[in-house]
Amino acid sequence: MVLLRFAGKGFANGLIFLFTPIQLCDSIAAMDISVRPSAGSMALISAVLAVTLLGLTVPVLGVIPPAPEVSDTPDDWGDALTLTWVPPGPGDLTMGYEIWRLEVEEGGEITPPAFADTVPASEVLTAAGWDMAGDADLGDTVWVDSDLEKGQEYTYILVALTDGAPMPSAPTSPEAPRRQILRNQRINILVAVALFMLTVVVLVERARRGAKLFIRRIAGLEAVEEAVGRSTEMGRPILYVPGLDPMDEVGTVAAINILGQVAKKAGEYDTKLICPNRDPIVMAVAQQVVRESYSAVGKPHLYRDEDVYYVTFSQFGFAAAVAGLMLRERPATNFFIGRFYAESLVLAETGNATGAIQIAGTDSDAQLPFFISACDYTLMGEELYAGSVYLSREPLLLGALKSQDYAKALIIIAIFVGIMLSIVSPDIAEQFKALFN
Amino acid sequence: MNVASDPGVWVAGIFTIAIFSFLYKDNPFYKFAEHLLVGVSAGYYLVQYFFSAAYKKFYVPVFINKDYILIVGGILGIMMFARLFRRSEWVSRYPVAFYVAAWAGYVIPSYIHVRILQQAESTMFNPVGMPLKDLLSACVLFVGVAATLIYFYFSAEHKGGLRVVSKIGITFLMIGFGATFGYNVMGRISLLIGRFQFIFTDWLGLVR
Repeated sequence: MVLLRFAGKGFANGLIFLFTPIQLCDSIAAMDISVRPSAGSMALISAVLAVTLLGLTVPVLGVIPPAPEVSDTPDDWGDALTLTWVPPGPGDLTMGYEIWRLEVEEGGEITPPAFADTVPASEVLTAAGWDMAGDADLGDTVWVDSDLEKGQEYTYILVALTDGAPMPSAPTSPEAPRRQILRNQRINILVAVALFMLTVVVLVERARRGAKLFIRRIAGLEAVEEAVGRSTEMGRPILYVPGLDPMDEVGTVAAINILGQVAKKAGEYDTKLICPNRDPIVMAVAQQVVRESYSAVGKPHLYRDEDVYYVTFSQFGFAAAVAGLMLRERPATNFFIGRFYAESLVLAETGNATGAIQIAGTDSDAQLPFFISACDYTLMGEELYAGSVYLSREPLLLGALKSQDYAKALIIIAIFVGIMLSIVSPDIAEQFKALFN
Repeated sequence: MNVASDPGVWVAGIFTIAIFSFLYKDNPFYKFAEHLLVGVSAGYYLVQYFFSAAYKKFYVPVFINKDYILIVGGILGIMMFARLFRRSEWVSRYPVAFYVAAWAGYVIPSYIHVRILQQAESTMFNPVGMPLKDLLSACVLFVGVAATLIYFYFSAEHKGGLRVVSKIGITFLMIGFGATFGYNVMGRISLLIGRFQFIFTDWLGLVR
């Protein structure tokens, strides 16, 4: 059954017709048709009746949309609700939607706003305390309202926009966003992390039990001993710059690990190590690491706070200070290990001009070319991460490095399998690819 | 010639020349500019951090918005100051450990998702029915990814077939670095041009 309500002026105002069966719209059970002009209402109604009784589609100005379904957005942090609604039927001239939202007080009732033909729906809703949450295009049937308060109940009204008066739906039943602890869409990441961690644990245990885990020669790291020795022979200090990023960057963590090994060698040879820092927390960690390294080789007296110091957070202020330091202190060996930005060439070129042996290492791919062109040895990306393992051979780090290697092999195999599956069975290949997304 | 009358432009111009003088050799003008830059920036960031972190992210949420859970972060921050005293220095290790571990736990899943899984998925392709140009591009991409990963494989000596593949990998890397180098140098040249424009146009007024 379809309900038609002509909401125009004059003759058609409030006139209601009932039709059974009718094919105005397959999916909409109740419709409200608004006819604004009163002139020619009779002719229009006659035409509508004639056409609909013949089972044809009737072009209408707009249809009151059914109240959308509101549900909690799955796999989120509890700050979103999802609205879904049925699309407009054939002949419906709806142009788009406005979505209005109202916070519902606990235990409070939702009173539908009293819409009037003469007052725009937006004014009625605003006066009733509703907020416009957003808008949707004609083809949309799903809309996500985000940045909501967890646990707070909300109700919505979908307003269909037409050439004439907007058509508001009935308010939805109240719904509150809820938090999900586990994001089901990210189970693949959980499995990947778990597999990786399991491999790390197994390999670390193997390394601890004395199994020989082979690591190939890395030229840049082989040169560390030679570089420290050169500083010792020349009686000049070693400069170590642990990048510009804070302690949460992987590159900085790798730089600090390598700093520990370099400081041990510097301590063994009684060579001064200078370490200027851009980040105060990195400085604190670097001080600790250098002190422990000196102590580990029985030279705690070599450590001085003044050698591992803070410069400034300003990128080029830091670069200017380190460049000046290289010219005044004339270190025989420069280490630029960590994450660098545009200052990389300033540092590497200045060091090159002083004649120092330079070892750089970074995972910043945009800066690697500058280090490669201006330094004697460069650790690229993964080599930087492998650096501390290579120098220390600690079982814990060795196990992690081995796991990374296995992960790389697994990635190559997975890509190859994905390509082969695409040839053999595209459907299975799509499912396989979905595991990675 | 229309020399700038704004003292700010003069200060900027003189300091630009002072920094450029480093190209000749270290000198008192460069030293002065360097120390001023370091000192001013250190002071600037101290004040900025005080307001953006200590005031906006701690004082306002805790004491005005009554969001008391943030006191935990404040305590961890205060623990960092234990470094100032030799006997209590060990206390500062805890906030650093918390900071590094919490951040690592937070970013590892997204790194694995974006940098590993999605990259691997994007490299898979269906050669059936693919136009020749796209097929060639996809094959080059696959070979580049596989060979580069093998170059960074540390568990085996690069000998025999592995050596050949890793050579291909390093070739791909160097081609990439070459392109990056050229791109970045062009960017730096444009910065240099900007500085010269400032000197000759805004400051000295030699060029209009």
